[in-house]
Amino acid sequence: MITLNINGQAMRVDAAPDTPLLWVLRDTLQMTGTKFGCGMALCGACTVHLDGQPIRSCSTPVSAAKGKKITTIEGVGHDRVGQAVQQAWQQLDVVQCGYCQSGQIMSAVALLHSNRNPSDADIDNAMGGNVCRCGTYVRIRAAIHEAAKLLA
Amino acid sequence: MTSSIENVSRRRFLQGAAGLTLAVYLPAAKAASTATAAKASTAGANAAHAAFEPNAFLRIGEDNSVTVISKHLEMGQGTYTGLATIVAEELDADWNQVRVESAPADAKRFNNLFWGPAQGTGGSTAMANSWEQLRKAGATARAMLVAAAAKQWNVPAGEIAVANGEVRHAASGRKASFGQLARAAAELTPPAEVKLKDPKDFKLIGQRIPRKDNIDKTTGKAVYTQDVHLPGMLTAVVAHPPRFGAKVKSFNAAKAKAVKGVVAVLAIPTGVAVLARDTWSAKKGRDALVVEWDESQAFKLGSAQILARYHELAGQPGAVARKAGDAEQALAGAAHTLEASYDFPYLAHAAMEPMNCVVHWSKDGCEVWNGDQMQTGDQMALAKLFGLKPEQVRIHTLYAGGSFGRRANKDADYVLEAAHIAKALNRRVPIKLVWLREDDMRAGYYRPMFHHRLRAGLDSQGRLTGWQHRLVGQSILGGSPFAAMVKDGIDPVSVEGAANLPYTIPNILVDLHTPTDIGVPVLWWRSVGSTHTAFSTETFLDELAHTAGHDPVAWRLAMLAEHPRHTATLKLAADKAGWGTPLAPGKPGERRGRGVAVHESFNTVVAEVAEVTVQPDGSFHVDRVVCAVDCGIAINPDVVRAQVEGAIGFALAPVLYGAITLSDGKVDQSNFHDYPPIRMADMPRVEVHIVPSANKPTGIGEPGVPPLAPAVANALAAATGKRARKLPISAELLKV
Repeated sequence: MITLNINGQAMRVDAAPDTPLLWVLRDTLQMTGTKFGCGMALCGACTVHLDGQPIRSCSTPVSAAKGKKITTIEGVGHDRVGQAVQQAWQQLDVVQCGYCQSGQIMSAVALLHSNRNPSDADIDNAMGGNVCRCGTYVRIRAAIHEAAKLLA
Repeated sequence: MTSSIENVSRRRFLQGAAGLTLAVYLPAAKAASTATAAKASTAGANAAHAAFEPNAFLRIGEDNSVTVISKHLEMGQGTYTGLATIVAEELDADWNQVRVESAPADAKRFNNLFWGPAQGTGGSTAMANSWEQLRKAGATARAMLVAAAAKQWNVPAGEIAVANGEVRHAASGRKASFGQLARAAAELTPPAEVKLKDPKDFKLIGQRIPRKDNIDKTTGKAVYTQDVHLPGMLTAVVAHPPRFGAKVKSFNAAKAKAVKGVVAVLAIPTGVAVLARDTWSAKKGRDALVVEWDESQAFKLGSAQILARYHELAGQPGAVARKAGDAEQALAGAAHTLEASYDFPYLAHAAMEPMNCVVHWSKDGCEVWNGDQMQTGDQMALAKLFGLKPEQVRIHTLYAGGSFGRRANKDADYVLEAAHIAKALNRRVPIKLVWLREDDMRAGYYRPMFHHRLRAGLDSQGRLTGWQHRLVGQSILGGSPFAAMVKDGIDPVSVEGAANLPYTIPNILVDLHTPTDIGVPVLWWRSVGSTHTAFSTETFLDELAHTAGHDPVAWRLAMLAEHPRHTATLKLAADKAGWGTPLAPGKPGERRGRGVAVHESFNTVVAEVAEVTVQPDGSFHVDRVVCAVDCGIAINPDVVRAQVEGAIGFALAPVLYGAITLSDGKVDQSNFHDYPPIRMADMPRVEVHIVPSANKPTGIGEPGVPPLAPAVANALAAATGKRARKLPISAELLKV
């Protein structure tokens, strides 16, 4: 059994230590907001925070999350930055199919935590690991700027 | 179109649902004449009979909720929002009281009116085929609510007004919510005829109103097939053969079964399935599996060999798709002739959610959870496999994490695979089939590879006198349940965009070769034939304009006199893009250019002007794309803009990076490192301008795709003088 701290709650899970955090979240805990896209840390759909840092949960063994604070899309709205990002996403109707958006939001929240006024170049860098096949990039960029305004 | 209405709540159509439920009888729809992706009737069914069956689209609860039943899949294109807008408009509902629910699979009630008796989403038809149907559904419900109020208040119906979900009688000051009137309205006989609004009175249509799925999709609550968990469910990961057409010869499951969590290992027609209690165990089990494949019937050609065959075929005349005048003679007599050929690779859809499906085969039938894009075809395929009636296959259509055509599989491929696993296991527990990214990318059903050869002649005044266009590529419809649409050797989706080239050219010949011995499964990929025909026609035309010394916009306009929608759209895009004004120069060494393309697909016309910057090493960036779109009435203009923005991002990947190639029959690519999508830094700035229109809505999910690649290639030619003849466009071609 491994004890994980997810969205401020302690959760005990029975999983082999090499199991990717993604599958523990999705299959063991049925927290399905975090998505599977590629399994190789190439698309960012599985992005969650580990002690505030965005990581790709599909390629992070659950053992590496032990003792750290895990934040997922289900809990990201608990803080002000997360709320602002979700609000901006809704105001601008960013989503299309929506499958990548949990990961996009997690990356955007991490960016705004470290940089309250990101430039377009900062956004290119911070969001470069998150793929959207629907091509919602124009609105993701605009929504990050909008969230920065909401937080100012 | 006339309609008669019946109140089905009396027949307990929706048992237990308090309030008003409407079903609308509609006559057989006339199929539109567009060459849409999946426009087809399902074999054996009777169109006229089935189209007269009822369709239930709306439920008003006593809790004042208005639930719109969507017969179409929401895969990102905004269908739920658009369909709900149509109903809410005629109902005069408050947008906040409106919810959307997915319709069950039922071709009788929920058929796509452009497809005959088949339920499905594709060919950018959702709004267009639902427009009148849902306006009538909304207007009928409104009329019944008004009649119920008139009866209760004992006032003339004509004195009652409805706005923002409230029914009012001004003179008496009485008012009621829909919920308060729902039960009384359900007891009334629906009117035979209803008056639809004058478009000038629209309050929701044409306005920016929020998407219905944007909260669930920003909080992780939206449920996709991948998210389904059912009691006792097993997850399956499948070992697929390395080549198309190969079969399992033998396998050793010992190591796979030794993986903790693995429950069963089963041979199925498409490979070997490993079933486990969770996805990761199933994947580990599959990795441990040893399979020997029988490749005696496997397809073993590589892309280079296929292409060589296509080039050879292009030397011979093909089946004629369009003929006017005598193109051969016109070319022989031309002052200038130009010839070019183009190559297009296979493309994978690579939706963010890899294909997956949940099937529960039980003693009562079969239940399916799937982001289903072609319910009727999937229902029939599963009914056949399990020996059930189609209605015993109950499909829950969930959100799809993208599709771009992949989930509308003509052979029900991944759905059938899930069902075969359930059947082979024979334990009557729910099965979730999960394709990993590699399975999804290597499973075929690609946009077909194509080779085009074009020749054109100009007279001494630079007028286009002759045009010859030959295409070589696999048929999507041939050999499929839609094969009846192939006539005289012409698959209409192979030549769409080429055979209906809008320009006034006196002599024109378009012909087609359809090789049938290429064992790579092909499928519609967002905008289908136009993905390649728009590129070859619009870049070749641009090249001709430059050869003849014409402005590419003015020359196109001169040949589009008979096409007012093309003309208006092209003019608007050129105007908004500042066509004819100089581009700001780049940094030293950079070359910049502007290019244009216009194309009609799915009855919608889109013009795009692209601006590019090319580096000395030939790498390039698309900086800005200005679009104009005529899609008839824009039901939700913001969704229209979003679809065109997204289409540009989607269409840019095969220009910059994307290609599926084969070596000795094996697919070379496997994941996003070798089939790269575009990322944030690649995305241009996009401006979308909507041509005002009073016409019925036309498609919007796909038409933004086709003009992008040719507009970019034309911009690159303007910047560098080099003409791209194949996609993706190589930096080698453009380097100094």
